[in-house]
Amino acid sequence: MYEGIVQDLIDELGRLPGVGPKSAQRIAFYILDADPGDVRRLAEVLTVVKEKVRFCITCGNVAESEQCRICADPRRDLSMLCVVEESKDVVAVERTREFRGRYHVLGGAISPIEGIGPDELRVKELMQRLADDTVTEVILATDPNLEGEATATYLTRLLRPLGLRVTRLASGLPVGGDLEYADEVTLGRAFEGRRSIDD
Amino acid sequence: MHVTHLSLHDFRSYEQVDVPLSAGTTAFIGANGHGKTNLVEAIDYLATLGSHRVASDAPLVRAGASQAVIRASVVRDERSALLEVEINPGKANRARVNRSQLPRARDVLGWMRAVLFSPEDLALVKRDPSDRRGFLDKLLVLRSPRFAGVKADYDRILRQRNTLLKTAGFARRGTSGDAAVATLDVWDEHLAHTGAELLAARLQLVDALQPYLGTAYARVAADATADRTSAAVTYKPSFELAEAVRDRTVLSEALSAEIARRRKDELDRGISLVGPHRDDLTLTLGELPAKGYASHGESWSFALALRLASYDLLRADGDDPVLILDDVFAELDRGRRDQLAAIVGTAEQVLVTAAVAEDVPDRLTGQRFDVHDAQVTSV
Ligand SMILES: Nc1ncnc2c1ncn2[C@@H]1O[C@H](COP(=O)(O)OP(=O)(O)OP(=O)(O)O)[C@@H](O)[C@H]1O
Ligand SMILES: [Mg+2]
Ligand SMILES: [Zn+2]
Repeated sequence: MYEGIVQDLIDELGRLPGVGPKSAQRIAFYILDADPGDVRRLAEVLTVVKEKVRFCITCGNVAESEQCRICADPRRDLSMLCVVEESKDVVAVERTREFRGRYHVLGGAISPIEGIGPDELRVKELMQRLADDTVTEVILATDPNLEGEATATYLTRLLRPLGLRVTRLASGLPVGGDLEYADEVTLGRAFEGRRSIDD
Repeated sequence: MHVTHLSLHDFRSYEQVDVPLSAGTTAFIGANGHGKTNLVEAIDYLATLGSHRVASDAPLVRAGASQAVIRASVVRDERSALLEVEINPGKANRARVNRSQLPRARDVLGWMRAVLFSPEDLALVKRDPSDRRGFLDKLLVLRSPRFAGVKADYDRILRQRNTLLKTAGFARRGTSGDAAVATLDVWDEHLAHTGAELLAARLQLVDALQPYLGTAYARVAADATADRTSAAVTYKPSFELAEAVRDRTVLSEALSAEIARRRKDELDRGISLVGPHRDDLTLTLGELPAKGYASHGESWSFALALRLASYDLLRADGDDPVLILDDVFAELDRGRRDQLAAIVGTAEQVLVTAAVAEDVPDRLTGQRFDVHDAQVTSV
């Protein structure tokens, strides 16, 4: 244990995802040693990001105004909607340049262990967006792991009665993985080879 | 296949040990508690990524150390490979083959094949269904490593579904709407799908094992009376299932139907009551079940026969697994000792442990090491 404020810093850092107690300590001492100007800039960015960045009222992606850059872009194809778990998955799909439609960010995947069900995700908002007939194809691009698959199964059951084309990314993505870590080529091919879900 | 070198670092009682090995028979001799089982347990760990003695990894790491490393050079089809596994309790384990890192530790499964006989095997006959399911699943993964992934998926689906059943049960009893029940169908579908994959594989495995078991038991218990020499194993699903079904689609439908039928029970109790995690094996000797009826010696012979059958089955797949006999001779009478020695004498590599050299049948002595206070010396 370190004295008051240093320990507070270590504790706060330790709450970040992927940062264990040892890394937290290392980062804390790095900050203590660092140039005051660098630290001030980091602190400012952290404050500003929290103030300025919001979530797009249409799709749930991170945005700097009411709507995100993609939803505000009139050149995007309104008939296609790609459903992803997180904003970082939007970035991953955008990198492939295979998809010109719009997105819907769920905010996670169904996982009872973590207390996440449909009510904790932006499922209601999705259904509202599909209420008029603008969207004709929904691409389910949840992660290729168990929770992602369960979410896709759930949404398929919900969407099928609407008479839309519902597709799932082609297999070939590393199973058990995260969409954001798939390389552009693999993810791009998964888009190309997406299949209608019908049993 | 056979192991040509074993090296342990902070594994169990070993800070550091290097043991050169060769094909044929090797005996490790030493007093109780000096580290014989620890050595062979390490080889079995490379083959199964689990221990036959403990369910978690923590006890495998030397007290006071934070990581254990097992390294083995193996020769298979005249080609050699260096296998390494790092055991990091509480964190992800890591594995390397020929010094290149594998994406996940479980990708090392399939490189080492071993069959371990140990006093703990008695549990297969005498104890719980979970012991027998564990036996079956480990053998399944040895034969076809991709089932490690299927099993891990199944276990995770089960955890998710059980959590949901508990919440949904509460929601139903309370006044709030049951959003949880809405997603239960989804987990039912995944449980049935992955459960059927596991179930089909286990059923086929038992079919394949059965003839080898019959032969093995008859050989081990050659002196038994005629009506007590026929040993059999059958798969016992957690629900009524037509005997000959092996097709995954049919099994998946049968599981779905049963899950639907039991839903009220499951919500009441908050756990999944249907699926391969509730199944068992029935072992019979002559006309009677082994569990509860077989004598101590018969139970022990049955356990040995299950291991021998596993060995023969893996061998029939095309490659001799490493055969490990941990402390088994002390438990056997003279006749069974000689039988077992004769049966295993033809294996490509046999590793034997015993407290005293006299317990090891002459024909199995081969190369000998003394194990004393976590030191291993060739004699
Ligand atoms: N994680 C660990 N750290 C340190 N020592 C350990 C650890 N796990 C086990 N041991 C020690 O290893 C010894 C047991 O070794 P092992 O089971 O290999 O004995 P053995 O030679 O097979 O004995 P037996 O003849 O009784 O079967 C015990 O003394 C135990 O205290
Ligand atoms: Mg022992
Ligand atoms: Zn948007």
